[in-house]
Amino acid sequence: MLYRENGQFKTSYRADQQIFPILQDRLAILALAAITLVGVPLFASDYLFRAILIPFAILALAALGLNILVGYCGQISLGTGAFMAVGAYAAYNFVVRVPGMPLLAALLLGGLCATAIGVAFGIPSLRIRGLYLAVATLAAQFFVEWAFLRIKWLTNDSTSGSVTVGALSVFGIPLDTPASRYLLCMALLVLFALLAKNLVRGHIGREWMAIRDMDVAAAVIGIRPVYAKLTAFAISSFIVGVAGALWAFVHLGSWEPAAFGIERSFQLLFMIIIGGLGSIMGSFLGAAFITIVPIVLNRTLPLFGNAFGVHVDTALVSHFESMLFGALIVFFLIVEPHGLARLWSTAKEKLRLWPFPH
Amino acid sequence: MKLKSVLFAAAAGATLLATLAAPPAAAQAKEQFFPVLPYRTGAYAPNGVPWANGYVDYLKLINARDGGINGVKITFEECDTGYATDRGVECYERLKGKASGEIFQPLSTGITFALTSKAPSDKNVLITSGYGLSESSDGLVFKWNFPMLGTYWSGADIIMQHITKKEGGSLKGKKIALVYHDSPYGKEPIPLLQQRAKLQGYDLTLLPVAAPGVEQKATWLQIRQLRPDYVLLWGWGVMNSAAIKEAVATGYPRERMYGVWWSAGEPDVKDVGDAAKGYNGLVAFGNQGRVIDDIKKYVHGKGQGTGPIEEVGQTLYMRGMTSAVLAVESVRRAQERYGKGKVMDGEQIRWGAENLALDDKKLAALGLTGIMKPLSTSCTDHEGSRSARIHTWDGKAWQVTSDWYAADEAIIKPMVKTAAAKYASEKNVTPRTPADCQS
Repeated sequence: MLYRENGQFKTSYRADQQIFPILQDRLAILALAAITLVGVPLFASDYLFRAILIPFAILALAALGLNILVGYCGQISLGTGAFMAVGAYAAYNFVVRVPGMPLLAALLLGGLCATAIGVAFGIPSLRIRGLYLAVATLAAQFFVEWAFLRIKWLTNDSTSGSVTVGALSVFGIPLDTPASRYLLCMALLVLFALLAKNLVRGHIGREWMAIRDMDVAAAVIGIRPVYAKLTAFAISSFIVGVAGALWAFVHLGSWEPAAFGIERSFQLLFMIIIGGLGSIMGSFLGAAFITIVPIVLNRTLPLFGNAFGVHVDTALVSHFESMLFGALIVFFLIVEPHGLARLWSTAKEKLRLWPFPH
Repeated sequence: MKLKSVLFAAAAGATLLATLAAPPAAAQAKEQFFPVLPYRTGAYAPNGVPWANGYVDYLKLINARDGGINGVKITFEECDTGYATDRGVECYERLKGKASGEIFQPLSTGITFALTSKAPSDKNVLITSGYGLSESSDGLVFKWNFPMLGTYWSGADIIMQHITKKEGGSLKGKKIALVYHDSPYGKEPIPLLQQRAKLQGYDLTLLPVAAPGVEQKATWLQIRQLRPDYVLLWGWGVMNSAAIKEAVATGYPRERMYGVWWSAGEPDVKDVGDAAKGYNGLVAFGNQGRVIDDIKKYVHGKGQGTGPIEEVGQTLYMRGMTSAVLAVESVRRAQERYGKGKVMDGEQIRWGAENLALDDKKLAALGLTGIMKPLSTSCTDHEGSRSARIHTWDGKAWQVTSDWYAADEAIIKPMVKTAAAKYASEKNVTPRTPADCQS
């Protein structure tokens, strides 16, 4: 009743091709944007910003980048942590070595360096596919970790391999409050999400999807696999690199290569698998699921225990959190193997017919 | 109808958000809140658990035996970090709002690095007893960090002093190998060992082991070829026992191996048992004293013990317990200035930590004689005391086999100054002036 596009006629191609062709969707998105960019900063607490929203925004950005590569172009990658690390350390080097380097420029340059490394490690994808490619990208992970642990120049000769950044500012506005940091992350997330959405709707996205669905057939109809695969690697690692730089600069402040270990790569891969491969929305849902649910479980279990007068100790909470989280993953994958994004679109389909389903 | 489930999901989501956003309960009057960031799960849990039990047991003891700190009850809450930096940051953010100013002890070099940049603006004190950044002993730059009772530079220095003494005063031409956890933690001692190598003329070989350190075959093959005179071990968790097992397999004498205090606890040698006989390590504490009996009596005796009673007095347990001593005593010292029986805030606790003066008399009053060395911190020196002994595993227990050593300040001080100055310039921190020290 509420969510129905009847009567919304398109009179131009432009109107027909917009991202959200349905009026209700546009309103919902505008409302969401208003809430995230205006409402949340007004009401959220420090904890919510620093422990939940900022990590969520940054990891959603990284998941978005990875989804372009894995979800849209079908190239499985386990090197995401590595590309994040390249983004972070490259941005750090630009800040340290170039006096007066603005933060945004450093972040983007960090992303560009990640692009270069991503393309280099994407070259094997021209010959190998599927799980074998995943193993090849694992090489990126190990190589990058090794490089930042061993090559002292990359960490500005820090004695222990860990580096740290000072006060941050964007266009002269200091980023000293959690709210301002959150706004920076969210602004970049919205920007890159729009960019990604438009890319995957356009000819380049169609090329990626053609390669993903059947690369021989795609080559036959005139799509160059080299070009399609390497652009996917480039754009994906650029976004992932920017996310890595944000994670290091905005979230951690000081970090070591272990912050971008193999666990991070797996975590991001799980995000997009649970969220939905080949879906922008899925990246957000997956990131939210993986970052927020464990923390919620960890916090609610003791409350739950207290309600029944049982004292729950820390170790039990952590073990229980892992068990419940694992069970939830299995549950969601059984209920909807295509991820949370598909659940979302099913819900929208049903909502269209509500309250009179056939 | 799906709408019901959509509504249900929305309601569930809203509740979850509400739990997350719920404002932290304000600290009640007459209660001092102590956050605890242990890791009772994950790869490093075997070593993290005794530390956490010691920490919590001592907090319980203060409540049970003394009724709090001058009447101010201690409350605490744990948040399991699993030794992961991002989880540690989340725990910090979660617990920091519980009181205005708290003492955090994350027991992880990685988490310490991340919190070092956050603690000053939140006015939270960071005590890192036996770990963390070595240069943070310079209180002029690191106003909120307290690496009390020894940094890694102090630890490495003491081991080298002991080895020098054993070799009759000269290490010229000797080969020393450092087997270390390939992380900031493991790399911390390297600058000091290099500095000493320059002064003493020994060859230093660095052998990194990738975390978590189960796989060390290649490393010990190198040691077999190199035949170093001494091997220093800078491992944590499973890496330690793996290293000792590899030493047994390659036939490297355990008597020539020295571990830092994190590599010389019971969990590290227990599984190896007799084969680890002769293995040495640093220890900064004694394990017999009145406070041990008190914990057994007031905490374990009342069924309030956090872990098994056999653990009381073990190396890592003592490290956790003394860490809690430092936290409690910082608050007590702050109360001496700002009002006994009052709840202290961040600035006040920081002053207390910076002006700790635990002399023999005070230690005796606390039942810590024979357990801790006297410690006094100041504005320029946040480390307070840099002493440790060597203990050796006899197959069943650790036996102390050396006198107390104090780290050589002539070597460490200049290094701390340089490193702290570098940190200050990178982070745009203005070092404190002597006037600021008075406050």
